[in-house]
Amino acid sequence: MSREALSVQEAASESRSPGVFRQLLERPGSAFGLVLIAAIVICALTASYITPYDPNDQPFDGLTIEGAPIAPNAEHWMGTDLLGRDLLSRLIVGAQTSLIIGVVANGLSAILGTLVGVTAGYFGGLSAVVLMRFTDLMMAFPALLLAIVLAAIFEPSLWIVAMVIAMVNWVQMARVVYTETRSLTERDFIQAQISMGSGPLRVLFRHVLPHLLSSIVVFSTLGISTTVLLEATLSYLGVGVQPPTPSWGNIIFENQTYFSSAPWLVFIPGVAILLMALAFNLVGDALRDILDPTLKGRHG
Amino acid sequence: MSAMIPDNEADMTDAAKSPVPLLEVRDLTIQVATASGGKTVLDGISFSLMPNEVLCLAGESGSGKSLTAMAIMGLLPKPAARITAGQILLAGRDLVDLSETEYRKLRATRVAMIFQEPMTSLNPVMTIGEQITEVLVAHQDISAAEASKAALELLTEVRMSSPERRLKQYPHELSGGMRQRVVIAIALACQPDVLIADEPTTALDVTVQAEILDLIAKLQERAGTAVIMITHDMGVVAEIADRVIVMRAGKQMETSPVRQLFANPSTQYTRELLAAVPRLGSVAASLEAHELANTATVVEVNDLSVRFPVRGGLLNRVQQNVHAVEKVSFSINAGETLALVGESGSGKSTIGKALMSLLPFDGEIRINGRATRGLSRRSLQVVRRDVQMIFQDPYASLDPRMMVGDQVAEPLIVHGLASGTELSDRVAWLFKRVGLPLDAMRRHPHEFSGGQRQRVCIARALALNPKLIVADECVSALDVSVQAQVLELLRELQEDEGLSYLFISHDMAVVEQVSDRVAVLYAGQVVETGPASAVLGNPRHAYTQRLLSAVPIPDPEHQRVPFVRSTEDIVSVMHAVGTAPEQQLLQNHGRNHWSAREAG
Repeated sequence: MSREALSVQEAASESRSPGVFRQLLERPGSAFGLVLIAAIVICALTASYITPYDPNDQPFDGLTIEGAPIAPNAEHWMGTDLLGRDLLSRLIVGAQTSLIIGVVANGLSAILGTLVGVTAGYFGGLSAVVLMRFTDLMMAFPALLLAIVLAAIFEPSLWIVAMVIAMVNWVQMARVVYTETRSLTERDFIQAQISMGSGPLRVLFRHVLPHLLSSIVVFSTLGISTTVLLEATLSYLGVGVQPPTPSWGNIIFENQTYFSSAPWLVFIPGVAILLMALAFNLVGDALRDILDPTLKGRHG
Repeated sequence: MSAMIPDNEADMTDAAKSPVPLLEVRDLTIQVATASGGKTVLDGISFSLMPNEVLCLAGESGSGKSLTAMAIMGLLPKPAARITAGQILLAGRDLVDLSETEYRKLRATRVAMIFQEPMTSLNPVMTIGEQITEVLVAHQDISAAEASKAALELLTEVRMSSPERRLKQYPHELSGGMRQRVVIAIALACQPDVLIADEPTTALDVTVQAEILDLIAKLQERAGTAVIMITHDMGVVAEIADRVIVMRAGKQMETSPVRQLFANPSTQYTRELLAAVPRLGSVAASLEAHELANTATVVEVNDLSVRFPVRGGLLNRVQQNVHAVEKVSFSINAGETLALVGESGSGKSTIGKALMSLLPFDGEIRINGRATRGLSRRSLQVVRRDVQMIFQDPYASLDPRMMVGDQVAEPLIVHGLASGTELSDRVAWLFKRVGLPLDAMRRHPHEFSGGQRQRVCIARALALNPKLIVADECVSALDVSVQAQVLELLRELQEDEGLSYLFISHDMAVVEQVSDRVAVLYAGQVVETGPASAVLGNPRHAYTQRLLSAVPIPDPEHQRVPFVRSTEDIVSVMHAVGTAPEQQLLQNHGRNHWSAREAG
């Protein structure tokens, strides 16, 4: 046995690392993210029990004498909106919509984009030409037009919105994944796999996809805040959730005219969207590091 | 701070004509931040550089030679690495605590640097002319017109062919050697006192390396620039150095004049390092006689051609073909090593890939009697058990996210050859076979050294019990001492298992050590082939002779004949659709030694 063989560094030689979930909880950033996600999920699931008021109720005393929204106070913790509805209650119920949009729409677009990108990138040739031209076509297609067409065909619902957003968003993901797969495929370790006889599925799932994880995670979590707002736009056009059902996006839209006199109406749901995006981003970031063995032992 | 520093403790050597050193490094210590606190990576380096001197920093990877250069240039990656002690005195002025603005004035005008890879150190979207004038205008008070005149002079000075035309060209239009000339021209643009060259020829072919070394030596002589040359190649050291510092793991092992270092090394480490260097012409003829009478043919290649289409024009049609490999034929017997040598672009790696069925080809390849052209993936599986590949860079050829044990097991799983405990037993056996400890199986590639990673790659290649291993520059990325160990392992495996190797390499000394037969490739064609001793000892073709004469000899007493090369570029392998280059006809010189007839 050679000299060098014995000098393998001992640093990361511990056997199995603890479970991924445990590791997520051990990191302060991702633990915070998990708590936030849990809070949003609980709000969404138990909305009808925990809302202090009916979110669609417009009580007589919900507005000031002049008809302006009420600022946050002991009775309405987050104040009331332009119709005198309790903002906190609307925010809690809105979590349902926004969570579905954030998770389902982004998840769908991530899956679709990755599939298209990986297929085109790995197999190249005609499949790449066809798939990537189609991607470019979709990229050039106005999202709103697509949404309106779909809404005309199907009944407007939250799911249609999620579908539309997924169909609009997957293109960026596909482009990123495509370029990365292309360069990965040329790397020696993929060539080594092919030359030892591994089939395409094995190479893709065991050797290509794990390397794409970081881009996929970053891309899909960054998309959350934009998609939540896009949902509001689509709802406004009559495609998605219909008033008075609240969503974080449409709370901002409805109240933006009051921005100077009642800033909390825009500020609070804005912060809620930000926190949700942040939470997924923190968890995604940590997940990426935990799953990457080359980073083991390097985080602070 | 005064420029007058008593020089009594500085090591003054005979190399110095003038007693005042240009650059003095005293007790330089650098630490990098790690999770467990500062780690000393450079430990008390001291040397002085005289005007007109070539000082070589030699050592293996991780010895801290590049770090020393970075420190002098003020390019340490702060805050990850910092100088914790010592001084860097340039003409008496300490550079350690210089601000970035101050440093910027110094770079290019007083100290300049050349990097290893000329392609990445040039800006791909700027013309050569723009890049040279940019430096001139930034540091000197001259007009644009004067600068472009100066740029032309510089290109002439670095002996660039048709310099006027080059000014308007982009880096990708030039060959590697020409690019490195441009980099040198940029470095010398402001006539620096000190030129630091960090492995300036490592990425280049030997013949180009010889030219660049010549050039650096000539320019240095003429302008009186002091040069710090960083290299791992003792041949380069012998060729160019006045004085040598041997470094190891951040420590200065030895500082001596070059002749003394080679004739009478003062430390054990230097002796070992020099002993590990493969030397051309050192293999005794009796040793490599290694008779292989009547063994079975493992690989037969007939008229192998590989072409890559170049598309262009309005309709994106194929306009030209790159004839990477043109009608190459050879065969390899069981237990035999055939070396393919040649410079970059000669098609040697392409042949390796064709053998692995990694790209489409014309002609016939028979592995163990089975033709591989046009086989389906399923039928290829059977062929692939017989032929495996080891790549140049072991780190790049292992999946960084997977434990190496799993990676060695993969071919066995893919081919359904073992499972369960049989699989883990087999993998353990393979690890033992290549000299790795069993606990290495659960580690990831980044936790190993280069040599160990290459052992993992060898274990993976061995998993399927192949008849032939294609070794594509498999030791070029390794330090010489490790290189020797890996070569020894390959030889041992050949003896025990009767493996055949297709050994692709640009390093003539290594080729001489390992190969039974050699084929020399030039522009995609074989120009000379035969037994290793005949081809390397008695080369018939002019190209082989040139290739061999360009190899730097690790012996300062040896004076290489000045290297002359025609100014024209290498023969282009691009040909219009429907045309093919003239086929090289081989003539026999006896004992199976063939070479191409030369034109004219």
